[in-house]
Amino acid sequence: MYVKRAMRTRVGTGLVLMTASVVLGAAPALACGGLVAPNGSVHLLRTTTLAAWHNGIEHYVTSFQFAGGGAEFGSIVPLPGVPTKVERAGGWTLQRLERETTPPPEDDFGAGGVRAATTAAASPAVELFNTTVDALDLTVLSGGGQAVGDWARQHGFQLTPDTPELLDYYAKRSPIFLAARFNPAAAVARGQQNGDGTPIDLTIPLPNPWVPLRILGLGRGALEPISADVYLLTDHSPTILPTPSADNAMSLFFSARASDSLLSDLRSDKNMGWVPSSGWLTELKIDGPAYKLNHDLAIDATGGDRPSLIAAGLGTGQQAGPRPAPLSSQVPNFDGDEHPLVTGWRVAFAVFALLIIGCFVSIRRAQAR
Amino acid sequence: MIARWLLVPVVGLAAACSPAAASGAPPPTTVVITAHWSRWDVGRLAFRTGQRVTFVVRSTDPIDHEFIVGDRATQNRHEAGTDAHHDGSAPGEVSVPAGGQVTTTVTFGHPGTLEFACHVPGHYAYGMHGQIVVR
Repeated sequence: MYVKRAMRTRVGTGLVLMTASVVLGAAPALACGGLVAPNGSVHLLRTTTLAAWHNGIEHYVTSFQFAGGGAEFGSIVPLPGVPTKVERAGGWTLQRLERETTPPPEDDFGAGGVRAATTAAASPAVELFNTTVDALDLTVLSGGGQAVGDWARQHGFQLTPDTPELLDYYAKRSPIFLAARFNPAAAVARGQQNGDGTPIDLTIPLPNPWVPLRILGLGRGALEPISADVYLLTDHSPTILPTPSADNAMSLFFSARASDSLLSDLRSDKNMGWVPSSGWLTELKIDGPAYKLNHDLAIDATGGDRPSLIAAGLGTGQQAGPRPAPLSSQVPNFDGDEHPLVTGWRVAFAVFALLIIGCFVSIRRAQAR
Repeated sequence: MIARWLLVPVVGLAAACSPAAASGAPPPTTVVITAHWSRWDVGRLAFRTGQRVTFVVRSTDPIDHEFIVGDRATQNRHEAGTDAHHDGSAPGEVSVPAGGQVTTTVTFGHPGTLEFACHVPGHYAYGMHGQIVVR
């Protein structure tokens, strides 16, 4: 009798399942990840992620949040390839990105006011390698959805009922996953407080960057809101799939050449020396119910304008992807695609107009006779 | 799913034509149910009063499930309950290990509408339940 209660409590106190490809998580956030806590005592708030791609290398920067209290938190993150390096990312990179695309309001101190210094601020799964960053134990796994699910269960992860389908969804495209779990004792020993994040940078050779989004809905009800900020830093203005719209809970918030000051600041953060000297910064906001987030984010950063349907989780094989407009040609916050309702009304109006004209012509002919 | 829908009426028809039916006792039958992606592969089953049914419950998922047969009150009790494991000693109440297969046998003594469901936390709400009609 007591066991299920114990399980509920354990689940409630929190096993977190997160996802990352090359994303960076900020303040009260987990990276692009799903939370495995069925009873909902721990919720993803707003997540922040950076996917930076340059010369065929993706840096996926994300942050794992410590929830303290001796609780055990674990996350599983689908990856598009085997990382060549997993290390601690810069301490404030995500916050700096937020300040770049959402500058704080002007201080209201008058002309002589002093601006406060802004702190830039099937077979069993195979463990490819293990590493530890701060109090975070990280394991890179290779295996199918079932195998990774088995591994997670055997290692004490509590998996929500939607986990098997999601693991299969990702494993069909890439059988690489990152499992992350805080060691509560180590976290406490390090003086980590609830909400403290541990930023991680995964270096993954990839022909194009990729960001898992559907995993954000893990353990969520269909109508539960999902909020996330996804930053892309690419050599050129990228083309993404799906095109942001209200239907897929994505909106384009920022798209411009990255400022020299931003890149310089990012490079100065710890372990962030890989940030290139020039690039294009894109920010996508994810806001909407979980059921709309049934896709990932495919990106063509090569200038080919051909983001992969498969990478977006929208196709299964041979179809050629659509050719969405590059983001540089879109006005920020513009959906890109006309809303289907608008299209529908246009068609309805055209049909109605043709009917009126037809009636008018018929009447005139009848009168002429 | 369709095959399973056909199976039950076919079993029923066979039962109706069998010698056992002539004596009024429906013959025992076996039903295979699979949990995949935390969903049962059948949504509704129909049996005859007095029929003895062996459920072979399989899971293709890497997570544990359970298979509970009973009326609304039984389901409510398990949904709110704390039993983490059902060893199958109670008819129609059995845990289904990840990737495993178990059996449980139930004799449906009275006509009515029952449910089969999984009550691992969150699974019922996710849709892991179906209906059993006993005629």
